[in-house]
Amino acid sequence: MSDSNNTLKKKLHAIKVRMAGKKMAPAFNAFHTFLFTPNDTTHSGAHVRGADDLKRTMNTVILALIPVLLFSFFNTGYQHFAAIDAANGMPRTLDLFGNFLTWENFWLGFVQVIPLVIVSYAVGLGVEFLFAVIKGHEVEEGYLVTGMLVPLIVPVDTPLWMLAVAVVFGVVIGKEVFGGTGMNILNPALTIRAFLFFAYPTWMSGDKVWVHGAVERAGTPDAISGETILGSLAQNADYSYSTFDMFFGFIPGSVGETSAFLILLGGLFLAFSKIASWRIMLSAVIGSLVMGLIFNGVVDMGWVSESSRFYGLMSFDFWKHLIVGGLAFGIVYMATDPVTGSQTHRGKWIYGFLIGFISVMIRVFNPAYPEGVFLAILLMNVFAPTIDHYVVRANVRKRLKRLKNATILPKAGEGKMEELQAETV
Amino acid sequence: MALLSKKDANLILDPLADNNPITIQVLGICSALAITAELKASVVMALSVIFVLGLGNVVISLMRNIIPSKIRIIVQLIVIATLVIIVDQVLKAFAYELSKTLAVFVGLIITNCIIMGRFEAFALGNGPWRSFLDGIGNALGYGVILIIVGFFRELLGSGTLFGYPVLGDPIAKTGLYATGYENNGFMIIPPAALIVVGVIIWVQRSRNRALIEEN
Repeated sequence: MSDSNNTLKKKLHAIKVRMAGKKMAPAFNAFHTFLFTPNDTTHSGAHVRGADDLKRTMNTVILALIPVLLFSFFNTGYQHFAAIDAANGMPRTLDLFGNFLTWENFWLGFVQVIPLVIVSYAVGLGVEFLFAVIKGHEVEEGYLVTGMLVPLIVPVDTPLWMLAVAVVFGVVIGKEVFGGTGMNILNPALTIRAFLFFAYPTWMSGDKVWVHGAVERAGTPDAISGETILGSLAQNADYSYSTFDMFFGFIPGSVGETSAFLILLGGLFLAFSKIASWRIMLSAVIGSLVMGLIFNGVVDMGWVSESSRFYGLMSFDFWKHLIVGGLAFGIVYMATDPVTGSQTHRGKWIYGFLIGFISVMIRVFNPAYPEGVFLAILLMNVFAPTIDHYVVRANVRKRLKRLKNATILPKAGEGKMEELQAETV
Repeated sequence: MALLSKKDANLILDPLADNNPITIQVLGICSALAITAELKASVVMALSVIFVLGLGNVVISLMRNIIPSKIRIIVQLIVIATLVIIVDQVLKAFAYELSKTLAVFVGLIITNCIIMGRFEAFALGNGPWRSFLDGIGNALGYGVILIIVGFFRELLGSGTLFGYPVLGDPIAKTGLYATGYENNGFMIIPPAALIVVGVIIWVQRSRNRALIEEN
């Protein structure tokens, strides 16, 4: 690097030394380490350091989210103009370069989505800094990913002040009260979404919020539809999107959840870079397919009449559940959160499977929540430690059994076996 | 000048803060979650518990030497039940709508752990006057939390206090609602009370670190 960088680095380090122990030190250090690797050396313990520290991990996830974010700019604009055309009786046919990847779409989406990103980061990092200064610990990187996830899982027209309130709630109640990054039980981004959902349901569900402009035009002659595919199905209504649209994401929905294709790419990237667990992703996909198959089977057996309010969603092709709504996004970016998910390999299979299974179940059986993914993941977040506990217990029991059958036994009477058995009970 | 001796005054003051039945002893949570969506219901519940606990403590204290200890729980229940029925009938006669809001929870004062707890822990071993003060103090400590929770839940959840619209009209979009503010539906549902109580506990223990338990 150039000399000027080096001197800046030295100057910053000098400030750091001077500020050590002062009240605002954590705030300074956060910015410092954002720019440079600190000059610290390890003084005790293991001296081998992995290159993938918390910041690298977080940045990898953000990298995997960038395509989704860029796509959301175009899709927000496209859905808006397509809905206006449809309301005027001229339904659009998708033309990737003709009417999708246009400046008009990009700009409209950019103006709508970027404020959500800014509010999410500004408020969330503000709360983190405040807690770091008050409690005198370093600012943790935990919010870097949460701050990017939040704008991608809310409807595009969410009022900014609501988002700010929800972020404060999510970061304080969802994370800081448990001790900050790495100590939280629930995924903070989903806590924020859950808060928004229960606090302001009219902005988080229904047939208007999913396309920009549909709320403010409601009740006027310019009214446009903002219905999602799941919303239509929940009312046993038909939808007008092809499987191609669903897979590549040219459908209405939360800002970043629509493109299953880009989410799949992001998921593969995270799986190969070993940042996210492929076990969780795969088992969640299997879980949702199994539940979808069960529902399809029930419909095929003729046990559900067409007039049933569950018919629309139950007869929906089982694999299509993966490409509509937030299921794909939730599986790849939310369920794989290393803090709130299961830690053991077998636990990850169970945890992931149940997320997929329960997501589809909530979708079908509770039309009030056509999007059950966030509830399913939060529920499994709560159960993840229990799953791990029993996985570990089962492993201990298995090894004890092996020990019992081994040829060389601990001498009888010394009480070793009894001791070991007592520990596992 | 003192109406009460320092020791007696502490019987009332301690449960209000450092020995609060809800935030420190974590008793009586069920009703605190269930009926605090409205401030009015919180106040009535607080008054009912003050009446039942204050009077109940006196009655138990007067009988403390003649109650056989083997059947004391049953005797205590009869005393509570009698007082609760009085409260219930008065509410039904003079505030019918409100008694419908409180519904089963007035009856469930019988099972409010605070009442049983004070009978057992205090009234059985102290004279009527001190028992009366203790009962009033604990019921007040319970009521204070109920009213704080009810205040925030009704204000943020419905935009009203005691049913009066203090933030404006959400339908006609007047007052604060003209700026785009909306009621927070989360505060209406019972889990919100759990979080508000949690925040109160947090604030209280941050102000007085001696209250933080070792673990």
